[in-house]
Amino acid sequence: MGLSFANILTYIFLFASLNFEIFLLITYFETRGEVEKEKELVKNISRFPTVTVIVPCWNEQDTVSKTIYSLLDLNYPKDKLKIMAINDGSTDGTFQVLQEFKNNPQVEIYSKENGGKHTALNFALGKATSELIGCLDADSYVDAEALKNIVVYFENKEIMAVAPSVKLWKPKNILELFQKVEYGFGIFTRKMFHYMDAIYITPGPFSIFRKEVFEKLGGYREAHKTEDIELALRMQKNHFRIAHAHEAIVYTVPPNKIRPLLKQRVRWSHGFIRNAFDYRDMFFKKEYGNVGMFILPIASISYASVISVAVISVVNFFKTAHDKYIQYTTVGIHPHLPKMLTDWFYINTQLVAVIAVFTFIGSLAMIIVSRKMSEDKFYFGLDLLYYLALYMVLAPIWMSKALYNALFKVKASWR
Amino acid sequence: MIDWRKYFISFVITIAIFATAIFISNYLENQKIADLKAIQDQVSVDILSSETQYSLLEQSSCTDVASSTIPTELGTIQDKLTYSEQEQGKSSDILALKQEYSLLEIKDYLLTQKIFQKCGKTPLSIIYFYSTDNTCADCQREGYVLDALREQYPTLRVYSFDYNLDNSAEKTLIAIMKVKNNLPAMVVKGKVLYGFQSVDDLQKAMPELKTATTSK
Repeated sequence: MGLSFANILTYIFLFASLNFEIFLLITYFETRGEVEKEKELVKNISRFPTVTVIVPCWNEQDTVSKTIYSLLDLNYPKDKLKIMAINDGSTDGTFQVLQEFKNNPQVEIYSKENGGKHTALNFALGKATSELIGCLDADSYVDAEALKNIVVYFENKEIMAVAPSVKLWKPKNILELFQKVEYGFGIFTRKMFHYMDAIYITPGPFSIFRKEVFEKLGGYREAHKTEDIELALRMQKNHFRIAHAHEAIVYTVPPNKIRPLLKQRVRWSHGFIRNAFDYRDMFFKKEYGNVGMFILPIASISYASVISVAVISVVNFFKTAHDKYIQYTTVGIHPHLPKMLTDWFYINTQLVAVIAVFTFIGSLAMIIVSRKMSEDKFYFGLDLLYYLALYMVLAPIWMSKALYNALFKVKASWR
Repeated sequence: MIDWRKYFISFVITIAIFATAIFISNYLENQKIADLKAIQDQVSVDILSSETQYSLLEQSSCTDVASSTIPTELGTIQDKLTYSEQEQGKSSDILALKQEYSLLEIKDYLLTQKIFQKCGKTPLSIIYFYSTDNTCADCQREGYVLDALREQYPTLRVYSFDYNLDNSAEKTLIAIMKVKNNLPAMVVKGKVLYGFQSVDDLQKAMPELKTATTSK
């Protein structure tokens, strides 16, 4: 067995992936009881703090109305909840759509010149006076119980921000169903990071913060168009605790075509790479707990891992295709069943293949528990099949492009 | 707060899984070597049996001898050796098996020659010399041609030899047949052919193939 550089690299990545899966699964089995107990917390909620939800809008005429209605439908005392819709220089009919709410005492509407999401959020931060402040992207809708499920975590004085569980709004086509599994996976990992005090993203849809977070750490930054990653990292760096309310459900409308999906993921991945680089001094520092010692390094390795596995697969694919082409041009078509189907001898039993099987089993275990957590039960649907088939095709594309953009300082765009 | 105990446990479990994977992989690779060895042993016994039968029946008719079992599993061994070499590289186990295989091929070739001579027929056989290093650009294509021919004419016996294998019997064969290091090279009906030979080229060189049993 030759130990080439590619082999050694593959073993390192497989070891890291497997170690991450095991770490998360151990955390899951340790905290299973707590996850169930937390579901009951909301029944004993003792007070309802004042909350401002900022809705930054840039050309959101089709969805913003529904977003605001979902906020108005929240099961939360009306006098404790304010909605600030910020029209960030939209060029479509967003401002006209917002006028529908101008007489609603819960809704404040502002218009400003376009400056990017972070400027819209900071504009609103300057006006908000509530104890808690959050944000809801204008393409997302909240479940009626979401805010109560979030607020209850603030009864712990140490918790400075709470992230919700983000699910997809009525996923239908293959790309949406693929993302459904991804988002479910996100709910599971975020909950595990919650128990590790290692949440490093406070997602745009409905993460809620104590006002003092902004008073002490300042407002939102441009942060390579991923202000939600930067703010969470800034909080972690300053030892501000972030929780995850897994029962607080927010629905978001996913991209349903390949180009917008890739564009969104390139922006997210590029944002992670650039922000992780900006906060590189947190890596492998005990003082930043699990975020510094484990989550940031492993998340960074996962990028290198996905890209390199994809490169190796593409090289192998082309090598096989080239061999088949030579065979075809030499002796024509000779269709055969793969030999491994008739003789086990031809099944790849190299170490790297056996370890890859173990890592795949670990991934399946994580998908099963994440589905149980996000959907309350496990079932095998077509979405899982789409996920298994598409992830390793699409993820390397957006990750490679994001890495390229980060290396050559190509700016990310919103849409 | 960092739970170092969990870091340690997850690290130990990962190491344990890696160790299990190493064990499973080694076990299966050894099983494959044992599988190959078993086939080679069987072929070896078959050849010995055929040789013995041949000696016993030397005075008998051609039909009696020809109907004796000549082992047909050499092709399977060749396929498996090629696959194992690609998977495991040139390990000492694989090299030992290749050496043994070369000897079996030579013995089978000699026996087949004798039987066919007794029957006054020309044996349908090709002796093929290849190389696994990068010096033989056409060996891959030639391999496809010989696989296709072997598949089309099951009675055709293809004896493949790694030209660079350090095996004295094979070196003697190369010397007797005067095969130069200009690969791919083939010995067809006593004539050495150099360079890539297509299916058509080989069919022309062996017109007897047309009357041979085909699998189609």
